[in-house]
Amino acid sequence: MSIDGGGAATGRPSTGGDLTTLDVATLTEVLHKGEAGAVDVTRSYLDRITAEDPRLAAYLYVDSETAIATATAVDEARARGEELGPLAGVPIALKDVVVTAGIPTTSGSRILEGWHPPYDATLAARLKAAGTVLLGKTNMDEFAMGSSTESSAYGPSRNPWDHDRIPGGSSGGSSAAVAGFLAPWAIGTDTGGSIRQPAAVTGLVGHKPTYGSVSRYGLIAFSSSLDQAGPMARTVLDAALLHEAIGGHDPCDSTSIDAPLPPLAECARRGADGDLSGVRVGVVRELGGEGHRDGYEDGVLARFAEAVALLESLGAEVREVSCPAFDLALPAYYLIAPSEASSNLARFDGVRYGIRIGDDGAHDLDEVMALTRERGFGAEVKRRIILGTYALSSGYYEAYYGQAQKVRTLIGRDFAAAFGGADGTGLDVLVSPTTPTVAFPLGARVDDPIAMYAADLCTLPASLAGVPAISVPCGLADGLPVGLQIMAPALADDRCYRVAAAVEAAQDAARGHRLLEPLAARAVGPEHTP
Amino acid sequence: MTDRLVDFDEVLTRYEPLIGLETHVELGTASKMFCGCATTFGAEPNTQTCEVCLGMPGSLPVANAAAIEATIRIGLALGCRIATWCRFARKNYFYPDIPKGFQTSQYDEPLCTAGHLDVEVDGETYRIEIERVHLEEDTGKNLHVGGATGRIHGADHSLIDYNRAGIPLVEIVTRPIPLTGAKAPEVAKAYVTELREILLALGVSEVRMEQGNLRSDVNTSLAPIGSLEWGTRTETKNVNSLRSVERAVRYEIRRQAAVLDAGARIVQETRHFHEDTGSTSPGRSKEEATDYRYFPEPDLVPIAPDPEWVEKLAAGLPELPAARRVRLREEWGLSDTEMAWLVNAGALGLVADTVAAGASPSDARKWWLGELARRANDAGQELTELPVTPGQVAELTRLVAEGTVNDQLARQALDGVLAGEGDPAEVVQARGLAVMGESDELVSAVDAAIAGAPDVVAKVQGGKVQALGALVGAVMKQTRGKADAATVKRMLEERLLG
Ligand SMILES: [Zn+2]
Repeated sequence: MSIDGGGAATGRPSTGGDLTTLDVATLTEVLHKGEAGAVDVTRSYLDRITAEDPRLAAYLYVDSETAIATATAVDEARARGEELGPLAGVPIALKDVVVTAGIPTTSGSRILEGWHPPYDATLAARLKAAGTVLLGKTNMDEFAMGSSTESSAYGPSRNPWDHDRIPGGSSGGSSAAVAGFLAPWAIGTDTGGSIRQPAAVTGLVGHKPTYGSVSRYGLIAFSSSLDQAGPMARTVLDAALLHEAIGGHDPCDSTSIDAPLPPLAECARRGADGDLSGVRVGVVRELGGEGHRDGYEDGVLARFAEAVALLESLGAEVREVSCPAFDLALPAYYLIAPSEASSNLARFDGVRYGIRIGDDGAHDLDEVMALTRERGFGAEVKRRIILGTYALSSGYYEAYYGQAQKVRTLIGRDFAAAFGGADGTGLDVLVSPTTPTVAFPLGARVDDPIAMYAADLCTLPASLAGVPAISVPCGLADGLPVGLQIMAPALADDRCYRVAAAVEAAQDAARGHRLLEPLAARAVGPEHTP
Repeated sequence: MTDRLVDFDEVLTRYEPLIGLETHVELGTASKMFCGCATTFGAEPNTQTCEVCLGMPGSLPVANAAAIEATIRIGLALGCRIATWCRFARKNYFYPDIPKGFQTSQYDEPLCTAGHLDVEVDGETYRIEIERVHLEEDTGKNLHVGGATGRIHGADHSLIDYNRAGIPLVEIVTRPIPLTGAKAPEVAKAYVTELREILLALGVSEVRMEQGNLRSDVNTSLAPIGSLEWGTRTETKNVNSLRSVERAVRYEIRRQAAVLDAGARIVQETRHFHEDTGSTSPGRSKEEATDYRYFPEPDLVPIAPDPEWVEKLAAGLPELPAARRVRLREEWGLSDTEMAWLVNAGALGLVADTVAAGASPSDARKWWLGELARRANDAGQELTELPVTPGQVAELTRLVAEGTVNDQLARQALDGVLAGEGDPAEVVQARGLAVMGESDELVSAVDAAIAGAPDVVAKVQGGKVQALGALVGAVMKQTRGKADAATVKRMLEERLLG
């Protein structure tokens, strides 16, 4: 089965012609050929949002009117024979951390309630220019701090596979929307795993690009040195297409890399051929290997082992590699990210935007700021601000922030050593499970921050080193999706897509259908059928 | 509350002052430090802002290359070492005039380090060691409405103008300056003066102190003479005129001496300077000082100036004020003392520009140190603030040299220039100030003088030629000074003695 074969795999007809079941690569062809209009597609999604979102709570904001207007404009332009970009008319959802001009943007926080930004994030502007149709803004953990969406000020989203389980986080609204067929794809952001973990637990493809390869301009900052936006999609090819649409140099982001993106979609297509001969794959011992299996579920380890065997069967040379500093990734991350966050979130003081509490003449300036932050921030955000403020305090800086930076350097060296070897012995990619467990039940970890933080165990090293990493589904355990993480050297995002596409194609072929197909059917189940 | 003060000279018999200065300079770049907003002074509040300088969520800074270049040039002019790699840092604190909740500054990795600046006071040279020169961004401006003090306490509400937020600001920090003794206040002033001259020569800032382009924090401490330890210092913030720098140091020396004499301790604190009284008052004490939690700014890439480029910048520096003074002194043939006068009067640049506009050095000096200095003094202004340009002064000297006007008429022409009536030649024309030739008017004035004083005429003709002066005076009076005295004298001689 080929994945770029014009929709055979998605089987447009198999779900009775429902446009929402099409992957984007297919959808663009349908739109291009005029088999359906942008308005048709958009309306299909909006209908499904109306029907399903009350249960999934994927969206914080849906603007049907603007979406229909945008889609109409695309259809009219196409009717006039205008040259349109390949993505024109394709709907999309944006994580609410992405600033959108005139459209409410909250970052999942009460403190930004009512804010209508005056500008567009670079990636939002690029998607707009490409003619995509914004369906709405998706739910997220408050300021992207969390792995379940349970820290959202607006309540949690639900996993389409099991509504009593978390959809992952922080980009859990995006994962719920895409896996629930309420958007064909979506933008997520990943600071310590916030794209990959929700993708893994909902059966999606999620890619965290090389740090600096997608502009951060207009992403509400959590941890500036770690934040990256990236695609969340139902197929590897779709993820690559979305990555290409948002990536590339941006002069407004000083940390943006001034280099062309590798040919991502092309590599995804090539990878789907399934030939990985000569590709050297390292299995990271510290991420679920011998002696490092505490907290890993058997089902996850079993699917992972099968995925590794699959890679070998596709021709890859697989060997184990040790990256000792990865063991320190979690504590290092939980010093660096909160430190930067404590500073990034200082601007929310009630002076210029968002809510303001206590401005009644009875409170002075400091009190108004304190009350606003007390009321506006949730518990997890406060916890991290306090943690970060402490870590940066004079007298503690070296012991905490300074040490964490050293660990970060060591993690980078472990990657360099694994990928290194100018002699040609270096590994091309490293693999691990994306998460130690499948989606856990809602509420299971809200009172145990450390358990919650452990959800990021496997994703943190790539974040700290700034290297690209993708999560691609590798089967189900107890009926819930498991993700395979593929990490590559900085700027070699194409390798992630190539290997992921090979895994996806082989598994889809073996399964006889796509992993998400049961969900597409479920979405038009009896409860919502007229 | 009035501080007890000890007589300045008396303090110096028992204490040794130590001073230090942190000077902030707003660069004159066209756009702000981290965004493209304009930097025009005096624009409508909050019209020169964008999502970046307002600290909107999601916005990111991009460093202004022109500001980095200007900072390096300042460092080079001060003989600093230029870092080959350094970073911005975040200085975290809460205040509404910093839109991001932190100021983007530099901390332990400044762009320029280890320079010096020599200043001269009363013929003595003092070497001021420069610890660092770094780049940061300015804050917004608060306006506290209602309430008596204009401060936040007691105000009804506060307004913030973010036009200034994000304007590039260079901070120049000296090392502690020892052994200045009684000259400490003047050394402090001379340092800021010389620094300002350098900044002007470099063209990196307009350095308008009244607009707050240049503000100094002045550190002062006292130690008993012979003591091996320095005293506790105070930091007088935002002193923004040259004269105030001197006054602030002088006041702190006198105040601290009184505190120490009383057996009390100096509190390490920031202090406010009051222009009206020349006094300082307490601000924040060190105990209340914020922990700024500095850390490297992750939103900006490190600055790594290419050494070759830095060398090029060094080679391209303009003539610096000290070298210029030596050259001009030689060109103009002045003594050290004469040159010092010129510099102390703040007239060197004006004289040089006047000479460049065609005046002779001696004429230019005469005007600026004489008539113009007197007028500036009467008006309580700096020479540079007088509404007359070096070009106009040069034109006045030319009119005198050509004989179009005499000195007295030239001063009247200057009145017109200062009153905004135009260039000297225009004023002379409009006010009819030109010296009279042997016109009918002058002939009849001479006639009238002769007719009006027969006794003087008799004396002159009787041989007392000196008496002629009275007749000349009468003619000058009649012509309201417009006649040329020498011409009048010659005409009288021809008539009476011819
Ligand atoms: Zn701006």
